[in-house]
Amino acid sequence: MPGNFLSTRFDAMLAWGRKFSLFHYPFVTACCGMEYMSAACAHFDIDRFGAGWTRFSPRQSDLLLVVGTIAQKLAPVLKTVYDQMTEPKWVIAFGACTVSGGIYDNYAVVQGIDRIIPVDIYIPGCPPRPEMVLDGLLKLQEKIKTQGQVWRWNKKTS
Amino acid sequence: MEQENILTALRTAFPEAVLDASVPPTDPAVVIRPGDLAAVMAFLKAEPRGYSMLLDLTCVDWPDRPDRFEMVYHVFSPASYKRLRVKAALPADGPAIASLTPLWKNADWLEREVFDMFGVRFEGHPNLCRLFMYDGFEGHPLRKDYPLRKRQPRIPMRSTP
Amino acid sequence: MTTRLQAQARPDSLLLNMGPSHPAMHGTIRIMLELDGERILNSEVEVGYLHRGFEKTCEHRTWFNLLIYTDRLNYVSPLINNVGYVMAVEKLLGLEVPERAQWIRVLMSELSRVSDHLTCLAAMAMECGAFTAFLYKMKAREFLWDVIEQTTGARMTTSYIRIGGVRADLHADYEAAVRKGVDETRKVLKDVRGLLDKNKIFLNRTRDIAVMTPENAISYGWTGPCLRSTGIAYDVRKAQPYLTYDRLNFEVPVGERGDNFDRYMVRMKEMEQSLRIIEQTLPALQASAPTVEAGGLEPAEAIRASRTRRPESRVRLSPNLEGSEKAVYPGIMAADKRSVPPPKEDAYTTIEGLIGHFKHFMKGHGLRPPKGEVYFAVEGGNGELGYYLVSDGSDRPYRLHLRGPCFHIVAALEELIRGRYVADVIPTFGSMNMIGGELDR
Repeated sequence: MPGNFLSTRFDAMLAWGRKFSLFHYPFVTACCGMEYMSAACAHFDIDRFGAGWTRFSPRQSDLLLVVGTIAQKLAPVLKTVYDQMTEPKWVIAFGACTVSGGIYDNYAVVQGIDRIIPVDIYIPGCPPRPEMVLDGLLKLQEKIKTQGQVWRWNKKTS
Repeated sequence: MEQENILTALRTAFPEAVLDASVPPTDPAVVIRPGDLAAVMAFLKAEPRGYSMLLDLTCVDWPDRPDRFEMVYHVFSPASYKRLRVKAALPADGPAIASLTPLWKNADWLEREVFDMFGVRFEGHPNLCRLFMYDGFEGHPLRKDYPLRKRQPRIPMRSTP
Repeated sequence: MTTRLQAQARPDSLLLNMGPSHPAMHGTIRIMLELDGERILNSEVEVGYLHRGFEKTCEHRTWFNLLIYTDRLNYVSPLINNVGYVMAVEKLLGLEVPERAQWIRVLMSELSRVSDHLTCLAAMAMECGAFTAFLYKMKAREFLWDVIEQTTGARMTTSYIRIGGVRADLHADYEAAVRKGVDETRKVLKDVRGLLDKNKIFLNRTRDIAVMTPENAISYGWTGPCLRSTGIAYDVRKAQPYLTYDRLNFEVPVGERGDNFDRYMVRMKEMEQSLRIIEQTLPALQASAPTVEAGGLEPAEAIRASRTRRPESRVRLSPNLEGSEKAVYPGIMAADKRSVPPPKEDAYTTIEGLIGHFKHFMKGHGLRPPKGEVYFAVEGGNGELGYYLVSDGSDRPYRLHLRGPCFHIVAALEELIRGRYVADVIPTFGSMNMIGGELDR
């Protein structure tokens, strides 16, 4: 990232704060929800990575965890929820159905949520094991660490 | 034994309506004229037949037959654990049949599902509209001439690299 | 787009939308409420947000391949869906399944049923605020899923029950794992009963709320724990026993009032009965255990050896195929060559086995049941789970319809919450155990 010593150190501290206190919004629809429950509970604790608190409001969360098949009927709802989230926000596509439509290639299913919203991390699996979910979360934390903050005075408004 | 009893009883009570009442290898089934559905179902539900539960209501699409839509009803008696399948065939043009909502409350959603998936109309249904598919979806997906992959997105899709 | 509720709402009432994405951990459903303060005057339930085109997709897959879709219907008890579909096809084929496979199916079904009830009640308790109950039950569920994973290879969507039997025999030390799972579940159930059964807050939120009368329940087509909570003792395992349920000792718990608390208690008691059934399957499985001799050659060496002399040398299968060796095959799969693939040792070393393998999996060949239709029902976690199959003699089903139990249960939601408070919607909806995969298919 371009910048001087102070701004890079500040960015690093900001990233450290953000990645270890992710508030996620579980947009749970289908079978992957069961593995999400397993990942969130005592056996494969997601709280040890700082992402334990579930915020059931898009305004209060910064990680949209899309869990389970997204049907065509539900697509506008997903877009609305994503639009309601405030910056900075990240999206994890949890499960094969969100990555690419999974085993459902038919009239009713969106073939991957990246057709609707931008996605940061894709976790494949049908359903993914909780360890894979935690691995995906760690990868997201790595990504946040290297992301900088786009300051308003740096944004090109033309 | 009991299967033949109910089929005989039906044949005696509705001699013109019952088209075929046999016991195929798997389950007892009776084919009736669609116009007599309400009467036959009321007969089955009443005592002493006692088929008081409508287990299921669905439709099968046979595009090569003149009577394209075959309605299939499964009724059940929780007191004596007897099951019966009732079938009625509807034509391809404007398929319509009497609604069973006056007899059973779950017929409401079941008939909405068949209307949504096949396009069969139910006369006397209080609120016949789509159940699974959304406003703006054209067509009836479970018909054999609806392509499996024909998607009708509700919002514009992003183009992904 | 104006909904029916909006069109007929009073002008001074408040319309509240409990949208398809909501905190209740059960599934995507949209409940629109017309409120007067906190009291619900009218409601409208909109489903279809998880409609994945299961029935149409299955018309385009072979009888064998569509098994994976059945796992994802009632995804908290996936093995029971497998059993239902497979037994419907076996009824159409007239296939006889070996006894050991039937006992394994019963064990797996009951493990799934306990996981289903654990998940349902855990979510219901969490939504009422009892987070501890949720964590304890998820812990117990992990032990049960361990057993399932060591045998089938997957925790949830297993596709383990196959047409003709099961995919593989139970793993080597299944008995210890099953006993551990049963013990842990019993401990958790005791703890949770202590926490919730006489808890004033829980009773206030569930007792006499959303009462369903038996006549109304029958009119709605309710089955399973929800029907039994109203007082009618209908359980498919007792009414039309399938597999080996007629040889097992268990009771069917029945409620009295048909309120939320009765639906909760019926499920708790059913879990205890399922654990009893699991313990009864263990001696039966021990009695029919086959002996497998170890050793053998790698497949490549065995093929080379079979070229020079008759194939008496055994093939050693890879660890992925553990449990499906030729020695245990008669115990886990039916002996019908047209419906069941041959054991892998035969497929590797004999020409008849190879042809049988290909004919089973090639498009256009494979399993082709005779023309006809069948309806078969099993006792799912929510009630009577029925499959209606229509076959036209080809390798794909002509029509496959699922009779999902929670479709009929949720159809009654509008009536049950009318006149109650907003806060009553959550325990009512939780006690119904709505599973999106089964409702919307």
